[in-house]
Amino acid sequence: MTEPTQLLVGTRKGAWIYRSDGKREAWEVQGPIFLGSIVNHLVLDPRGGKTMLMAASTGHLGPTIFRSTDDGRTWKEAAQPPAFLKSDDPRARSVDHSFWLEPGHPSEPGVWWAGASPPGLFESRDDGVTWQSVAGFNDHPSYWDWCPPEAGTPDGSLLNQVVIDPRNAAHMYIATSSGGVFETRDRGASWAPLNENVEASFLPDPYPEFGQDAHYIALAPTNPDRLWQQNHCGIYRLDRPATRWDRIGKAMPAEVGDIGFTIVPHARCADTAWVWPMDGTDVWPRTSPGGRPAAYRTRDGGASWERQDKGFPAQQAWFTVKRQAFCADRCDPVGLYIGATNGELWMSGDEGENWRQIAAHLPEIYSVTAAPLA
Amino acid sequence: MTRVLIPSQLTSYTGGATRVEAAGATVAGVLDDLDRLYPGLKFRVVDEQDRVRKHMRIFIGQQETRQVAAAVRDGDEVLIFGALSGG
Repeated sequence: MTEPTQLLVGTRKGAWIYRSDGKREAWEVQGPIFLGSIVNHLVLDPRGGKTMLMAASTGHLGPTIFRSTDDGRTWKEAAQPPAFLKSDDPRARSVDHSFWLEPGHPSEPGVWWAGASPPGLFESRDDGVTWQSVAGFNDHPSYWDWCPPEAGTPDGSLLNQVVIDPRNAAHMYIATSSGGVFETRDRGASWAPLNENVEASFLPDPYPEFGQDAHYIALAPTNPDRLWQQNHCGIYRLDRPATRWDRIGKAMPAEVGDIGFTIVPHARCADTAWVWPMDGTDVWPRTSPGGRPAAYRTRDGGASWERQDKGFPAQQAWFTVKRQAFCADRCDPVGLYIGATNGELWMSGDEGENWRQIAAHLPEIYSVTAAPLA
Repeated sequence: MTRVLIPSQLTSYTGGATRVEAAGATVAGVLDDLDRLYPGLKFRVVDEQDRVRKHMRIFIGQQETRQVAAAVRDGDEVLIFGALSGG
């Protein structure tokens, strides 16, 4: 069954919100919101609240968080945005931009987590009004080994994701662009790398304890012991309590490869997930492989993959999809949504079988999140 | 009081005003007073380590400074600009 859905779209130059009818066929647009601001993430609290948080900065101004509690009509800035502690250390860090916003565990209303560049983890306990540095990671004795300053993405090194075990608020994972995946079982007080058998082809030891570039990780909603990962070097799956990742991307077509930014699990089937491959050959064009955009779906836990490109241009289309810009809703059939680097917003209302464009001519899209319309 | 020139990037904080007044014996003091008057403004200009952000420029009169400890004297004007930053 389908339901009215909203898409929260963050772009390089502002945010937009698209709201659908009950069939997800007609979409109305609200925006631009904060035109000109770099919006890395825009997220609605799924815990029954009305709070919407936006991670924003501009080309000139420092990073901040904006809050709305009226469906994005009005916004108020966080009183204390994410920031590292002041320090005399010559390596003293300052937040360049907040990159990821994660609503806290359902048992902790008002709690939010933020990941930042340079890699930093921050927590709010007052619904995003004030933020504190999480010392367990940011001041960990191994921080500078896990997050070497020279190991950046083009936009700087990232703590690009926070994932919370729905069964246990103290059990969390984070993904970073310079250290890979880390796990805590004590709500962020201590962390350990979780990267066994994950490739880092750009390091002298290609299978290090840490140092990988974990583009995206996701838990299967119906089996939180299953972790999916789209890594800089391939697609992986880990079924806990095991600690050794399996390279399931080897089953992708060789001419497409298994490099990409993101992986999206199915809301109800733990064996189903989608990826959006990109060209990671020679100089890393980061475009649709061969100029032919497509999602790939597995329905058997990564043992096999099928191409889903109906509706996309068949040739000479070179956009790609960044790590926060591919998401699914909870409907049946699942709706899939991508925001492309060329400013196009696409959807599939039938689990990837057919795709159609919702919007075009937006700025470069950085993030898309889907939420039911209240 | 010190006269402060506010760039377009920050007028959302000052209610549209491009010229305001603030008190302070240093750039940091002026920014602290601006932040008291216009909450949130300072952190958009200076980071948590008191470093002027990369694409912001601060002048005391004709003299540029990137030190928030720089002295501001009676009659000085503090000018805040967004640096050239395109794309």
